[in-house]
Amino acid sequence: MRYLLFICGDKATDISPAEGHQIDSAAESWADSTTSRGIRLQGQRLADPGDATTVRVRDSELLVADGPFAETKEFIAGFDIIECGDLDEAIEVAAAHPMARYGAVEIRPFWQP
Amino acid sequence: MTGAAPAAGAAQAARQAVSDAFRAEWGKVVAALIGMTGDWDLAEECAQDAFARALRSWTDDGVPRRPGAWLTTVARNRALDLLRRRAVEAVRLREAAILSPPAGPAGGDTSAGDIRDDRLRLLFTCCHPALSLEARVALTLRTLAGLTTAEIARAFLVPEATMAKRLVRAKHKIRHAGIPYRVPPAHLLPERTSGVLAVLYLLFNEGYAATAGAEMIRASLCAEAIRLARALTRLLPAEPEAAALLALMLFHHSRRDTRTDDHGDLITLEDQDRSAWDHDEISEAAALITAASGAAGAAGPYLLQAQIAGCHATAPAAAATDWARIAGLYDQLRQLGRSPVIELNRAVAAGMADGPEAGLRLLAGLTASGQLSGYHLLPAARADLLRRLGRHREAAVSYSEALALARNDAERRFLARRLAEAEAAS
Repeated sequence: MRYLLFICGDKATDISPAEGHQIDSAAESWADSTTSRGIRLQGQRLADPGDATTVRVRDSELLVADGPFAETKEFIAGFDIIECGDLDEAIEVAAAHPMARYGAVEIRPFWQP
Repeated sequence: MTGAAPAAGAAQAARQAVSDAFRAEWGKVVAALIGMTGDWDLAEECAQDAFARALRSWTDDGVPRRPGAWLTTVARNRALDLLRRRAVEAVRLREAAILSPPAGPAGGDTSAGDIRDDRLRLLFTCCHPALSLEARVALTLRTLAGLTTAEIARAFLVPEATMAKRLVRAKHKIRHAGIPYRVPPAHLLPERTSGVLAVLYLLFNEGYAATAGAEMIRASLCAEAIRLARALTRLLPAEPEAAALLALMLFHHSRRDTRTDDHGDLITLEDQDRSAWDHDEISEAAALITAASGAAGAAGPYLLQAQIAGCHATAPAAAATDWARIAGLYDQLRQLGRSPVIELNRAVAAGMADGPEAGLRLLAGLTASGQLSGYHLLPAARADLLRRLGRHREAAVSYSEALALARNDAERRFLARRLAEAEAAS
């Protein structure tokens, strides 16, 4: 099964530069290990939610707004696409991501008809 | 007349046998069918169909020697039939899966060992932590205990449509999110087992705490929880916490006929007729905790709670209750995880063991923490200790406070009675 992992940061959590550095390198080794095991198909870290732009079309009118679609204290900091046998395996993979300890990881299965 | 009598007798016998089989076999049949097809809706539909057929067939041909095996075979044939028909309509993949069932215990074999395994697999899947707690409880009652959606809805006081939606959503999630149909591997087993135990205990408490609403169905929740816990102890004989949970439920359940009087008013543990407790259940529970206490490792939370319940259940009279031991067990329990309700119960036990003042001191700390504000049993416990000290005026104040917070009629009537007594004495 294919799942999208939303790697979520938490604005309320203070992360020192040293910790940030640690998280980055832990995330990198997580990505290397899951990729080499054929689990992680691709993934990206994303720019700050402050750089997001949200687009809506209503009555043929284009509405462009600054910021993410939902203003919450948790924000999407990155994503990964993984291929796993079942949800238990996906939970283990997600729990091993360093951001699971600082923020949260949402596991979303790909839609299937 | 004489010709109709045997037929009526046969119909009666068949109805009884089907109803007995439903209690005992529903979960096994559904579990086996899910194991075979991976399709929860199909499994339920075919199980229902098999029970309907049993009613006709057992009336005409008599009750089979092994009703469970008969039902599973009929349900399975029906599933194969439906799947073949669907396959003709182009879903060939699933049929291929049926015709070559996966190796190992997950296969479509219906020998006794595999059926046992299937039920456990179903229970773990229903109680998967990726499902909401409400969904876990509902799914367990529907698929393992065979309660109808309407019955579950009534038990939880929600509209039937809400419950139906909850069940559909849970089954969708199992399929779409890839929740595996299996007993978790060894490294996940401890945490998942405690999740299963929590669902069973919640089920029991739902039934036990209820004194209003759909009483009869709620009472059957206790029986279902006990039945499932009993099955779980057979499936996981090496898990002392499963046996301890069963013991805990049995100790509580043994008092069911003495907890209220003829008017539905609450009778406190102290005033219950101990001779009317179910002493077979108490003996069974006592044997279970003796066995569980012998297991290696530290006592888990259910074993400690069962031991506490056992102190009450085996005391020959209320005055003979070993409160010091109970207070000690609560001390052990709070070391496993702090909870304000445990603190409250510990304060009550200390009040009984070391005198009401000791209990009041602990309650004062708990009240100051504000963790249980809004919980009627906190002022009720304070009121009871004050009453024992003869401080009736203060007791009355706490009884009024508890009365304003109480949740159901029987509790309100009990507190109102105590309030009136305290006011009369002050």
